Amino acid sequence: MATDAISTFRPDTVSLPLVARLHDWVTTVDHKRLGILYILYSLVFLIIGGIEATIMRIQLIRPHNNFVSPDVFNRMFTMHGTTMIFFVVMPMLFGFANYFLPLMIGARDMAFPRLNAFSFWLTAFGGILLYFSFLGANGLYGAGNAPDVGWFAYAPLTSRTFSLGHSTDFWTFSLLVSGFGSIGTAINIIATVFSLRCPGMTLAKMPLFAWLNLVMAVLVVLAVSPLSAAQIMLAVDRYLGGHFFDTQAGGSAVIWMHFFWIFGHPEVYVLVIPAFAFVSEIVPVFSRKAIFGYSVMVAATVCIAFISMSVWAHHMFTVGMTANVNTFFVLSTMAIAVPTGIKIFNWLATMWGGKIHFKTPMLFCIGFLFQFLIAGLTGIMLSAAPFTWHLGNSYFVVAHFHYVIVGAILFATFGAFYYWFPKMSGKMYNETLGKLHFWLFLIGFHLTFDFMHIPGLLGMPRRIYTYEPGRGWDTLNLIVTIGVFFQAAGILVFVANLLWSYFHGDTAGSDPWDAWTLEWSTSSPPPVYNFAIIPVVRSRRPLWDLKHPEDPDWKYE
Amino acid sequence: MSTQPAVISDANITWELPSRGRVGMFCLISAESAIFTIFVVAYLFYVGKSLTGPMPKDVLHAPIFFTICLLSSSLTIHLAVKSLKRAKVGSFALWWFFTLALGATFLFGTAREWHHLIYDEGLTIQTNLFGTTYYSLVGLHAFHVTVGLLAITTVLLFALFGFVRQEHAERVDVLALYWHFVDAVWVVVFTVVYVIGR
Repeated sequence: MATDAISTFRPDTVSLPLVARLHDWVTTVDHKRLGILYILYSLVFLIIGGIEATIMRIQLIRPHNNFVSPDVFNRMFTMHGTTMIFFVVMPMLFGFANYFLPLMIGARDMAFPRLNAFSFWLTAFGGILLYFSFLGANGLYGAGNAPDVGWFAYAPLTSRTFSLGHSTDFWTFSLLVSGFGSIGTAINIIATVFSLRCPGMTLAKMPLFAWLNLVMAVLVVLAVSPLSAAQIMLAVDRYLGGHFFDTQAGGSAVIWMHFFWIFGHPEVYVLVIPAFAFVSEIVPVFSRKAIFGYSVMVAATVCIAFISMSVWAHHMFTVGMTANVNTFFVLSTMAIAVPTGIKIFNWLATMWGGKIHFKTPMLFCIGFLFQFLIAGLTGIMLSAAPFTWHLGNSYFVVAHFHYVIVGAILFATFGAFYYWFPKMSGKMYNETLGKLHFWLFLIGFHLTFDFMHIPGLLGMPRRIYTYEPGRGWDTLNLIVTIGVFFQAAGILVFVANLLWSYFHGDTAGSDPWDAWTLEWSTSSPPPVYNFAIIPVVRSRRPLWDLKHPEDPDWKYE
Repeated sequence: MSTQPAVISDANITWELPSRGRVGMFCLISAESAIFTIFVVAYLFYVGKSLTGPMPKDVLHAPIFFTICLLSSSLTIHLAVKSLKRAKVGSFALWWFFTLALGATFLFGTAREWHHLIYDEGLTIQTNLFGTTYYSLVGLHAFHVTVGLLAITTVLLFALFGFVRQEHAERVDVLALYWHFVDAVWVVVFTVVYVIGR
């Protein structure tokens, strides 16, 4: 066909000198390149945040350890949390959304390509600003370098009195800058979904990936903005002498908690809903079945997003709120388990009776399913206020949310990496290395985070830099730390696989998985303009219709 | 298996989607509303909690005239966009200039009020909780007015040099949406600061 010549056409950037190629990357407004920039950037920070976690775990490997000082330990947990949430998971998810959203809805780019580039560079410079604190935050006071107030930075730790120098300011401004980047990207995603769908793709015919990223973007708009507002208030307090969180002048430390968690809890769903999106694309393809309960999946997602706005104070049960407030937040938090459970059953029903192919992406998705279930169950335990009164700020909480973020979100994201790597690079990854990565990471994950629950139940608080021997925590902490090395080995295999496959992998072809969404209809990697001719779709699985003209989906939808 | 990126289906359908500019601006307005909500909540939460004076009831006077200026600028910008849609560029420039003038008058009103509060009443952002929340909330709004005025000035300059034509009506309309939002927020800020908070 004539279009073949067009789709295999490569812009001849390959022959350009290195400086010109780098210049192309820095000045690009192409959603695919920005997507890759987002993903590479988040991988760099994943390594950095992982090193910080490893430092903490080495410090806690035995009682009375002296690997790092308490001050360094405080900086490590603050930087680890801030990095992983804002500069690893969010950019990674934005990267996938950027790359695949236009491809999946048959568009040639995002709605606002230049805003897209601007948002990426805001996020990128936000991360650099945060890490510049190691050099620049001493200020005139010689008072410590990196932020050490914890990732939720409760008042009054952030006041001038308790945080001399500029470490907290670096934290504030880096999150403000990257927050504006996130809002920009979210606006872009929403406008792309509403204004750039290809002909025939009604909202009800969009891939679930597009739906879930739309919901995520709405949550970003509504949740990251309050964080930006709170950061502005904190900056007013610290630079202009305001009293928002200054209890000495009648201000309130608790209102910072409210403002932070009004952002903080929807943020969890900002992170996990794109992970749902990955799973909702991968599970059907590797089960060789259409997704079960498409419309219920959409409804459950919207429902989760809606409820997630009214559960924030379950992070604050130990602060001491009134019984009525506690009751409300207990019930709303428990209610969110219902739509989440619906989603789990839908994925299971998609696999049920399917012809399951246990490739690496599918393995990670199955890992996601089980681990997300357990993460949800400990979540329901913690949603009961009396339970949290005992275990708030303990390692049980740490284990719970790492189960969500590592066990669910990171697993799904690894699945997405393997699933779409052929599309992004044009090369197949190495299946053996992929499976090795999966098993190493699975073993490491369970060694670390299963065993982390128990010291929490035994009363080990989070954020302590060392502990007394003989409390029954010693062996457990040793096992937890050993798991970290398995995870690190898994990550090394993963990076090695990406690099090796990029240079030496087999050619993937445009549709290695025999999948059904539009991104597989164009070449791998796609040309700059994505589609030579804008496609027209009639069902949720346009490529199924194309491959099976005798039995197309649109006859049944 | 076919790999061509060609037409998936040749079904003939009519296809119309909302303009990306309007969708984008509505999203921006949602994000801005969330930011303002947090500042409004902080203001309301701290009403009457200042430990020292001056208190709002002693020093604040509702800026009725300047409020009328700002709110009527919503009308003038609407008339400007309407003129442009009908290709009346001259009338567009005139209404657009009125919008700029009314907005600038409002900003002058805020500046005058702040000057009075700082130099006559001794209320700064550091004085007490009222000062902190008042200057933050009103300042956040004034910042948005300033951004809007800069954008309006840019369009006015383009219009004066003859670059704004009928086909730009939709883009100008997006800016007008932002300006309506800034006006609507003032209604909330006015109610909170000068009615409830006093």
